[in-house]
Amino acid sequence: MSDGISRADVAHLANLARIDLSDAELDRLTPELTVILESVAQVAAIASADVPPTSHAVPLSNVFREDVVTPGLTPEQALAGAPAVEQQRFAVPRILGEDA
Amino acid sequence: MTATRTELVPFDAALETYDPAMGLEVHVELNTASKMFCGCSTVFGAEPNTQVCPTCLGLPGALPVVNGKAVESAIRIGLALNCSIAPWSRFARKNYFYPDMPKNFQTSQYDEPIAYDGWTEVTVETDEGPRVFRIDIERAHMEEDTGKSLHVGGSTGRIHGADHSLVDYNRAGIPLIEVVTKPILGAGKYAPLVARAYVASLRELVKALDVSDARMEQGSMRCDVNLSLAPSGSDVLGTRSETKNVNSLRSVERAVRYEVERHAGILDAGQKVVQETRHWHEDTGVTTSGREKSDAEDYRYFPEPDLVPVAPSDAWVEELRATLPEPPAERRARLQAEWGYSDLEMRDVVGAGAIDLIEATISAGATPTAARKWWLGDLARRANDTATPIDELGVTPTQVAEVQALVDAKRINDKLARQVFDGLVAGEGTPEEIVAARGLEVVSDDGALAAAVDRAIEANPDVADKIRDGKVAAAGALIGAVMKDMRGQADAGRVRELIIEKLS
Amino acid sequence: MSTIRLSAAEIAEKLAAGEVSSAEVTQDHLDRIAAVDGDVNAFLALDGEGALETARDVDARRAAGETLHPLAGVPIAVKDVVATEGIVTTAGSRILEGWVPPYDAFLTRRLRAAGLPILGKTNMDEFAMGSSTEHSAYGPTHNPWDLDRIPGGSGGGSAAAVGAYEAPLAIGTDTGGSIRQPAAVTGTVGVKPTYGGVSRYGLIALASSLDQAGPVTRSVLDAALLHELIGGHDPLDSTSIDAPVPPVVEAARRADVSGLRIGIVRELGGEGYQAGVRARFDEAVTLLTKAGAEIVEVSCPSFEYALSTYYLILPAEASSNLAKFDAMRYGLRVGPHGVADPSAEQVMAATREAGFGDEVKRRIIIGTYALSSGYYDAYYGSAQKVRTLIAQDFARAFEQVDVLISPTSPTTAFRLGSKLDDPMSMYLQDVATIPANLAGIPGLSLPVGVAEEDGLPVGLQVLAPAMADDRLYNVGAALERLLLEQWGAPLLSKAPELATKEATK
Repeated sequence: MSDGISRADVAHLANLARIDLSDAELDRLTPELTVILESVAQVAAIASADVPPTSHAVPLSNVFREDVVTPGLTPEQALAGAPAVEQQRFAVPRILGEDA
Repeated sequence: MTATRTELVPFDAALETYDPAMGLEVHVELNTASKMFCGCSTVFGAEPNTQVCPTCLGLPGALPVVNGKAVESAIRIGLALNCSIAPWSRFARKNYFYPDMPKNFQTSQYDEPIAYDGWTEVTVETDEGPRVFRIDIERAHMEEDTGKSLHVGGSTGRIHGADHSLVDYNRAGIPLIEVVTKPILGAGKYAPLVARAYVASLRELVKALDVSDARMEQGSMRCDVNLSLAPSGSDVLGTRSETKNVNSLRSVERAVRYEVERHAGILDAGQKVVQETRHWHEDTGVTTSGREKSDAEDYRYFPEPDLVPVAPSDAWVEELRATLPEPPAERRARLQAEWGYSDLEMRDVVGAGAIDLIEATISAGATPTAARKWWLGDLARRANDTATPIDELGVTPTQVAEVQALVDAKRINDKLARQVFDGLVAGEGTPEEIVAARGLEVVSDDGALAAAVDRAIEANPDVADKIRDGKVAAAGALIGAVMKDMRGQADAGRVRELIIEKLS
Repeated sequence: MSTIRLSAAEIAEKLAAGEVSSAEVTQDHLDRIAAVDGDVNAFLALDGEGALETARDVDARRAAGETLHPLAGVPIAVKDVVATEGIVTTAGSRILEGWVPPYDAFLTRRLRAAGLPILGKTNMDEFAMGSSTEHSAYGPTHNPWDLDRIPGGSGGGSAAAVGAYEAPLAIGTDTGGSIRQPAAVTGTVGVKPTYGGVSRYGLIALASSLDQAGPVTRSVLDAALLHELIGGHDPLDSTSIDAPVPPVVEAARRADVSGLRIGIVRELGGEGYQAGVRARFDEAVTLLTKAGAEIVEVSCPSFEYALSTYYLILPAEASSNLAKFDAMRYGLRVGPHGVADPSAEQVMAATREAGFGDEVKRRIIIGTYALSSGYYDAYYGSAQKVRTLIAQDFARAFEQVDVLISPTSPTTAFRLGSKLDDPMSMYLQDVATIPANLAGIPGLSLPVGVAEEDGLPVGLQVLAPAMADDRLYNVGAALERLLLEQWGAPLLSKAPELATKEATK
C-alpha cells in the first residue's frame, strides 16, 4: 500500500469508474495519486479497532415515508434531457450483455 | 474455456457419484403502493416512463427516503422465516454501471441485512413417503429493482446482437426483498424437488403475509439457483454456478436437475467447473454461460450516506409478529385434522391450490367432504381444461356451498349440479336462478316417476325378474333407464325406492 | 441611486416602506452584472426575465396589501449546484452542459415561495471539487479585490457575486469549506449550517455526508435572514433535522459576547498561516476580549488527520454520487474515437472521459480506490473512525467553551493558476474548515480586515456545537459591529472599484 499505486492500478480503477483515460492522463495521474494516497494513508495508523466509525455527523434513525403515491414527472419531463428517445423510452447504445 | 460441450450425465447416475449443494436466492417484489425510496406508483404494466420522478430516475440532486411499509413487510417476512431481526441495520450502495440502473449503484443491504439466521421446512414426497427438509435462511434484505430494457434490432429481441436498447424506468426503485438460503445439503436426488418445494412455500408464505403478489410469470418473484457438486461423502463444497432468472416452479426443479447433470459431466471429464453466471432457457430447458465472475466485479459497497439506519424497536417487532398469519405448515396440519382428510387427500388439496377455497366453502356451510368433492373434482378439471387458475374460474366458495345445499335438499343431483357450475362459469346468475332458468330441478312428482318406473320395468323384463328374485343389486340398470327417461332430472334414491316397492 | 450597495436587510426595509420596487432593485443588479461580470465571471447562467417577472409579481402583491416574507423582492444568486426548474444547471461541469432540471431543489422552492427573484446561477469548481473555482469547465471566477486572484472555491461565483455587488444574497454549498473559504478571501460573510439544517434535496451531491447549503452575504444579519428562510425540516431528505431552525436572526440582532467563553483551537493556526492572516485574527481576539468574552485555548489533537480523512471520505462518496453521469438519461453523450458501433459501456467511458475535468477524474479514481475490495478497511473504514475522533475532540472542546474560533483560511487569495499543478497544496486551503464538515457542526466566516502584506481580505471562522447555529450569529454579529466601529465602513468599501461596462439591455 505504501508502495503507492501503479499505472496499471490506475488503469484498472479508471475502468471500474468507467473513465476512458488517455495514456497521457495515466502518466500524469499515477504520480499525483501516489502522492495523495501516501498522504491520506496515515488515517489507518490512528484508526484503532476500538473506535466506532461515524457515517453521519448527526445521528438519526428510522426516517420513513408513508406508503402513498405522490405525483412524479410526466414522461415528457422525464425524457426532456435525454440524449436520445424512442417509443417514450430512453434510447441507449447496445448493452454489452449478460444475456447470451 | 467454459466446458459447454461436455456431455451431460444422466441425473440418477450423477447422484451415484456426487452430492449436490444448493443455494437459492429469491427476489420478491413487494406489493406496496409506492416505490422503495420515492412516491412513484408500482402498478404493473403502465405506459413506459410514466411512473418516474427525480429520485427513481437518478436525476442530479434527488434523494431517497425509505418506504416504511416496505420495512414492515421485510420484518414480517423475516419473522415468518424464523429470522432474527437486526436491531440496527443500514442500506449500502452496490456500485456498478448498467443502463437500467439510474444511479449506477443499487441501494441494497450488504453486511447488515434486516433479517438473518432463520429457517423454514418443506415436505417432499420421497420413495419412503413424505419427508421434511429443513432449509436454513441466511438472510432477508431490502433492495430496489432496476428499470427494464427493450432490445431493438438483431433477430431475437435478445440483448445479444441488438443495435441499441430502450429503457423504461417504471420498475426502477420498486421494493424487493431478497431471501437467501444457506447451502442446502443432503437433499441428494430430491434436490430438484426440495428446491421447488422451497420456492413454492416461500410463494405461499408471502401471499399469506399479503406482502407480494408473487407472480412468477410477471417477474414479481424471481429465483436464482446456485448449485455445486461434491464427491459423495466429501464435506468440501464444489465450485458453484449461479443460474439467474429461473421464473417458474417447474423451471426451478428442471434447472437444478440440469445443472446437476451438467456439473457431473464436467467433473467426470476431469475438468473444472467455472464459477459463472448462467442463464436458464425455459423453452429448451438448458442453461447457458453468462459472463464469468472476474476481478472486475468489485461492487465497492459502502453505507448509503443519503439514508439513516433502520432501527426497529422490540415493541415494533413484537407488534408485527402478532400480525403474522398462522404458518402455512401448521395451518395445513390443523385444517387436515379438522376436516378429517387423509394425507393423500390433503396433499391433493394443497397441490391444487384449493386450501383457501375449501376453507371458505366449509365456512359457507358445506361439509369438508362435499367441499373437497367439488373443488378437486369438477372444478379442478375445469381449471385444468381451460388453463385457468382455480380461484379465477368465476365460481365462489359461497356458490359451491349453495350448490351443495341444493343437492342436500334433493332439489338437484350431482349430475345436474355440474350444469349449475356451467351456468356459474357463464355468469348466468346465482345457483337458484340457474336451476330455475335452465329447468334443472329434479322431478319429485311420484306419479311421473312411477310412470317412468313402469316403462322401465316393461322394457327390461329380465332385469325386473332378477330383482323380484331378490337380486336387489340389479336395480342399478333400471335406475339408469329411468334417469335416462327423465333426462337426469330425477332423484336416483327415490327412483330406487319406487323400483323396490313395485317389484317386491 | 442604485440599490446595489445596500444590504439585503436594508433593501427589505425599503421595499416594505415602498421606497423602491423589487423590479427596480432587480434591474439595478442585472445592470451591475452586465457591467462587471464580463471581468468577474461569477455567473454561468442569468435569468433576467424570470427574475424581473418574480419582482413584478412581488411588487403587485405588495401593492395589493398581501403579507409577504421579509425578504420578498430581494434578488438572489444561486450556486449552479442547486437544481432550478427551467434554469440551466451544470454544477460547473461539461458533462451537464445545457441540462435544465425538471424540478426545484427544496431551497429553490423556498426562495420562490418567499418571492426572491433568482438572478442566475453562479460559477463553481466542477461538482464543487476545488478551492479556487479554477476547476470550473466554464472558466474561473475572478476575485473582485484583484482580478488576477482566485475568489476561493468551490463557491467562488457566489462569493464574488456578492462581493462585487452583483447580488445582495447568494446560496452556497459547503462540503469542506466551499462557502467559508470563498467568503474569507473575498471579504464576505458565509455560513455553513449544522449538517441536516438545510435540506440537501436538489443539491447535486458531492459528498452526501458532508454537503450542506448555506447563505453567502455581505453582513451577518443578512446571512441569518437567509438561513432562516432556507433552513428547517424537509421530509424528502432523510438526513434533514426535524427541529425548528435555531433563532439565528434574533442572535444576529443580539450581538453580545459578554460572559461568553470563546475557544481558540491550538491546531488551527500558527505555522502554515500567513502572517497577515494571523495578525488580523489576533486583533479580532483582542476585540472580543475587550467586549467581555473569555478566551480559552483548547486542543483538538485529531484535527491533524482531518485533511486526510476528508480526502478519503469525499472522493469515496463522490465516486459513487458521480456515477449517475453516464450519458444514458441526461447530459453529454459522446462516442469513443474510431469505434463504429460503440456499446453503452464504451459510450459511458468516453463521455465521462470527455465530460469530466482533471480534478474530478482525480477524485473519482481516489474514491474508487478507497472503496475497492481489499482497501476499504484501511482507507474508507479508517477515515470513518477518524471522523469519530474529530467529533470527540469537538465535543470535549465544547464542554469548555461556547464557540471556537480560528482563521478561516491559512492564506489570503492566491494568484490564479499558482496551485493548479499541486493538488496537495490546493487541498491545504481547507485545513481549518474541513473539521466542521467531518463533525457536522456549523461554521461562519466573516471578514476581519486585510493582510498588510497584500491588502487582501482575511476571514475569521466561528464554530459552534451542532444545532447551536445561533451562537455563530451572535458572536459573528458582535465582532462585525466592533470592527465596523473601528473601520467606520464595511471592509468591502475598501476594495478597488471594478471597471464597468456600459449596461446594454
